[in-house]
Amino acid sequence: MDAKLKETILNPIFKGNPITVLVLGICSSLAVTVEMKGACVMALSVTLVTGLSSLVCSLLRKTIPNRVRIIIQLVVVALMVILVDQFLKAYAYGIDKQLSVYIGLIITNCIVMGRIEAFALMNKPVPALLDGMANGVGYGLILVVVAFFRELLGSGTLFGFPVLSALGYVNNGLVILPPMALILLGCIVWVQRAIQKDLQEK
Amino acid sequence: MEYISLFVKSIFVDNMIFAYFLGMCSYLAVSKNVKTANGLGLAVIFVLLVTLPINYLLYTYVLKPGALAWMGESFAGLDLSFLSFIVFIATIAAIVQIVEMVVEKFAPALYSSLGIFLPLIAVNCSILGGSLFMQNKDFINVGESAVYALGSGIGWWLAIVALAAIREKMAYAHVPAPLKGLGITFITVGLMGMAFMTFMGISL
Repeated sequence: MDAKLKETILNPIFKGNPITVLVLGICSSLAVTVEMKGACVMALSVTLVTGLSSLVCSLLRKTIPNRVRIIIQLVVVALMVILVDQFLKAYAYGIDKQLSVYIGLIITNCIVMGRIEAFALMNKPVPALLDGMANGVGYGLILVVVAFFRELLGSGTLFGFPVLSALGYVNNGLVILPPMALILLGCIVWVQRAIQKDLQEK
Repeated sequence: MEYISLFVKSIFVDNMIFAYFLGMCSYLAVSKNVKTANGLGLAVIFVLLVTLPINYLLYTYVLKPGALAWMGESFAGLDLSFLSFIVFIATIAAIVQIVEMVVEKFAPALYSSLGIFLPLIAVNCSILGGSLFMQNKDFINVGESAVYALGSGIGWWLAIVALAAIREKMAYAHVPAPLKGLGITFITVGLMGMAFMTFMGISL
């Protein structure tokens, strides 16, 4: 594998992470991080949607007129999201109900549109697919880390199995509430920027 | 009376930002000063108020299970609700485009203060989110959906103006270097969210 392709895959996962560095796609990411299960399903769905829509838009890149490209991209993305949503409704109805509107909101998740605009429209289909999926993984990684702490500290469980609660831990109800997701994300940004000094803002 | 309680509830209790994190991307990006934040907030109120009732009508008379009954017996059994994502986003994108053109033509002053935000808003999660929540909420008429749109929009506007004001003041504070900018903003929003949670106990 050549170096450029490797860079395409590895960059979004840590150094150019879509959530903590580019500040994209926070909208739908925080509400689904109460439990690991929901976060994992969301991460997988976003990875699939970004990958596939980047692929399709990259295949169409020479035929899309510049003026109406936003609407065409939205239609492609909406199509992918409908596929994912129908699939979840059929095979994992409970999780689909739990994620409620946030699956639909993948359409307006800035990561998807951002990657299509910034990468897929200028590159060949295969790198576009990989770039989309790598960004999905980078997004999913943050989601899973936040969900890990929220489920562990908030309900004492992981994937529904008792971990801390078996040790007599008293659940911290605050961690389950929405504001804590933001504060945890702030802490993740803090840790990352303490390690990577070049990301710090002046 | 129901309208008033729905209105207050959608501003404070079901606040788009603090309870559902909708529209976070532009919320964080455009909250550096109060003036632009105000412009974006007003644009969000406006677009929500226009798109949500239209999507409500589309959902009730075209997409809902059995909604096409007005076209005749044979259409009564149809359920097009799986199309709602694509219909809602297309409506929003089209209306934003039309509104942008109309505002540019007839109100240039408004356009110069609001116009730059309009294209941004087509992909703002709070607009699509409003329509998707509307789908779950079973409103009984267009009026309710319009009141809900107005309340959600005002809630969003309130949140972004408040954050922008805090960030303007924070420029003078000593924040640890790795937390500067994004990190401290997240934590501030979290603390604001906690303050807003005091409204949660209110039952209207």
